[in-house]
Amino acid sequence: MRSFQQTLADFNSRGIRVVGISVDPPEINRWQSQRLGYTFPLLSDPGAKIIRRYDVLHPRAGPKGADIARPAEFLLDSNGMVRWVNLTENIAVRARPHQMLDAFSQLGSGAQ
Amino acid sequence: MDFANVPGKIDMKRKWNWPIWVGFVVVVGGLFSYAFFAQFPITRDFPWANLLLFGIGAALLMLGLFRAFGRPQVYRGKIFGSIFAAIAVFLIAFFSYEIFYFLRQVPASSGAPRVGQKAPDFILLDQSGKPVGLGDLLSGSNAVVLIFYRGFW
Repeated sequence: MRSFQQTLADFNSRGIRVVGISVDPPEINRWQSQRLGYTFPLLSDPGAKIIRRYDVLHPRAGPKGADIARPAEFLLDSNGMVRWVNLTENIAVRARPHQMLDAFSQLGSGAQ
Repeated sequence: MDFANVPGKIDMKRKWNWPIWVGFVVVVGGLFSYAFFAQFPITRDFPWANLLLFGIGAALLMLGLFRAFGRPQVYRGKIFGSIFAAIAVFLIAFFSYEIFYFLRQVPASSGAPRVGQKAPDFILLDQSGKPVGLGDLLSGSNAVVLIFYRGFW
């Protein structure tokens, strides 16, 4: 997440919106984004309804056995079509911003 | 006559076996420094910095034990060196289990939207409590990156 904040200007200049989604409530997200200096939206899905709909739920992996999101990254084109997906097999290994920017530059017609 | 060579006598002035202590501290440091190294993708994707510390610490511990058991009349550490080595082995095993097994227990997510599929719509609250829909994000932008993350709790 921090690496995306560090490269956010590269995303903004290409017209790419970056958002994070987790089960954290808005108050936690507000506190965290202020603390860490995140300027992109952190969206709150406390019941994991959307996380379930994207099938990126990690059941009972949170504190006290709570359901949380597994790390996953999606790149959508301007029509809302998925153009690139990263479903890591290791919680510690996340997509890097340059992978996403490379995928975007290969979209071609996706950038209208 | 060399007092240290008298059988059955324990010379309390035997040399300080520093590699045992330093090796143990380096192994403990290798475990706890993960909190630091995990901040950077280059040391998190594969924890080579921690494994390097474990390797250095283990080598020093081996050297210390080798001296303690090889020349017990000169060097201390047969007992506490063995205890430290056992704890170090446990710590390295714990780290390896967490990193190489536990972190890989991620659901398959076989039903996740695939390339070419429409992303499911949503409306969620952002950190200021404002509802944000996927449509809002898509309108006027060339692309949208959704980052699902485990959360800070």
